[in-house]
Amino acid sequence: MSILVDENSRIVVQGITGNEGRYHTEQMLDYKTVVAAGVTPGKGGQDVFGVPVFNTVRDAVEKEGANVACIFVPPPFAADSIAESAAADIKIIVCITEGIPILDMVKVGNYIKDKDVVLIGPNCPGIISPGKTKVGIMPAPIHREGEIGVISRSGTLTYEVVYQLTGAGFGQSTCIGIGGDPIVGTTFIDHLKRFNEDPETKGVVLIGEIGGTAEEEAAEYIQNNFNKPVIAFIAGQTAPPGKRMGHAGAIISGGQGKAEDKIKALQAAGIAVAMNLATLGETAKEIMG
Amino acid sequence: MKLHEFQAKEIFRKAGIPTPNGQVVTTADQAGQAAKDISGPPWVVKAQVHAGGRGKGGGVKVVKEASEVATAAQTILSKPLVTKQTGTEGVTVNQILIEEGVDIDREFYLGMVVDRATRMPTMIFSQAGGMEIEEVAANTPDLILKEHVSPITGWLPSQAGNLIYNLDPVPPPEVRKGLMAVMANVYKVFLANDCSLVEINPLVTTTDGKVLAVDAKMTIDDNAMFRQKALAELDDPREKDPLELQAEKYDLNYIRLDGNIGAMVNGAGLAMATMDVIQSAGAEPANFLDVGGGADEEMISNGFEIILGDSRVEAVLINIFGGILRCDVLARGVLAAAEKTKLNVPLIVRMEGTNVEEGREILQTSNLEFLVAKDLAEAAQLVAKQV
Repeated sequence: MSILVDENSRIVVQGITGNEGRYHTEQMLDYKTVVAAGVTPGKGGQDVFGVPVFNTVRDAVEKEGANVACIFVPPPFAADSIAESAAADIKIIVCITEGIPILDMVKVGNYIKDKDVVLIGPNCPGIISPGKTKVGIMPAPIHREGEIGVISRSGTLTYEVVYQLTGAGFGQSTCIGIGGDPIVGTTFIDHLKRFNEDPETKGVVLIGEIGGTAEEEAAEYIQNNFNKPVIAFIAGQTAPPGKRMGHAGAIISGGQGKAEDKIKALQAAGIAVAMNLATLGETAKEIMG
Repeated sequence: MKLHEFQAKEIFRKAGIPTPNGQVVTTADQAGQAAKDISGPPWVVKAQVHAGGRGKGGGVKVVKEASEVATAAQTILSKPLVTKQTGTEGVTVNQILIEEGVDIDREFYLGMVVDRATRMPTMIFSQAGGMEIEEVAANTPDLILKEHVSPITGWLPSQAGNLIYNLDPVPPPEVRKGLMAVMANVYKVFLANDCSLVEINPLVTTTDGKVLAVDAKMTIDDNAMFRQKALAELDDPREKDPLELQAEKYDLNYIRLDGNIGAMVNGAGLAMATMDVIQSAGAEPANFLDVGGGADEEMISNGFEIILGDSRVEAVLINIFGGILRCDVLARGVLAAAEKTKLNVPLIVRMEGTNVEEGREILQTSNLEFLVAKDLAEAAQLVAKQV
């Protein structure tokens, strides 16, 4: 099984006529993802690789039954796109866009808070349920269908981890990039809950990084409520304080968000922390094997 | 993007947040002139640099004679300012703010940031002003009060009340009024300028009942610069490391660190993790460099050049996990850079992902000398051999 998305997901790609939207639509179609519709205001009636383009998400939902959104819209307009999908009753919104102003996310984040909607991202690689569907930009061939759930704040770092997992013989049920921005739609805990309830997920790899306290909160949740093996990895042990390390959310500030504090919290909760990325596959064999 | 204190104070004054009177100058002579226009004694002479910890580093001086203002300015301008945030080489001071001294009655801390958990701008207020807020948070967390601001209601007077009536002792009515106005205006400044941080430490009340922002820190959300064009002009490139500045022009994420192993990686998380791998191999990273998930040949070439432009670098590790960025594009970018800048340090290349075979072939059939690491573990071993 998988969580959030599977072969029944019908994707609407927002920003489908842009370079990135077009390229990744093709990649997703190659993976047999059901890309039911695309949206670019003013370009309704066109098609991209046979996918019909609409002016609004509402049209895409009404005419093609889209139920998952994947957003490639440029940063100044992306928050609006999230709100548009939420208003059109899309239940799962994946926002790939990096660089959305934080105050835009304050508004949208609070707008969707009480709605029945799951926002993945922004600034994320998306979600893949290997063998079923891919909603995002991750390189498909490194994944394999299996029983490990992956939750991560990063993109290429997740690819590295998945690559090692697959190499060590561990396939994945679902891999989720929750995003590298300070305000993202979901936390580690939201997805840990889903993996806990998914009978076919046997263990979880959690990939965190410096900044914020999401990993500390996840540690507490895992200790009290999660009953499957977990491996954690935290990037940024050598990151200096006060510097934004690429991701808008990856910054040690006000004495908060240090890698060592996160590692301590995870270890105190009895979670296996892989101290070295280079040997994560080996750690997986020890813990999950 | 960080603003200087004097820039932030100008924005404050326009928004109705009172500050002491002052002038910004660039020479000791100008400082002496400024002292004649500004009431005193005392006068406060403050280095304008982005780095924190100025006071303890000797970048802020209080003088009692007008004639001493120029001398104090000269002392500050004459040598690099070393604070706990600058490193031992310090930073050059280009500008100085001369201000009137104020008769302080009480000192407060007032800050605003976006709280990740609640997704709301959050006002932070404390009666332990003038101290480092991290220390207050660690030692006396009870003295730190917070109010989250809903984007639906905006900042409410009742929220100011929650903060102000919690003070011990509660200030007199005219001071309460002044504090309430500052809080409302800080929220306005925060929104209008797309801030990721506004901080006044200390916010003071004077013996004659005024409320004044004695210090000011403002950081603008880099993601919002496209709609904050006027603020972009306040950027001071002199405050940045030259290599970081060069990287910024090329749209690359580069941060200079203290080690000697240069690293070029795609993606921020993998770049951080690669720095960690370098360290656990017994070496130290010279930089963080994320060329981005979708870098093209030119960006790779520029990134590689920046690393080679750092004289401390004794070996370079390239770690690329091809996704959108294809390994053949990476290989061509590295070759293009190596043609422009002579490569005279060992180069270790680890690549995986999209078009990896093609990328390896491009490098192998070139005259570039490099070591191939088949995976990250081997890359770490090769790095360890360089130290």
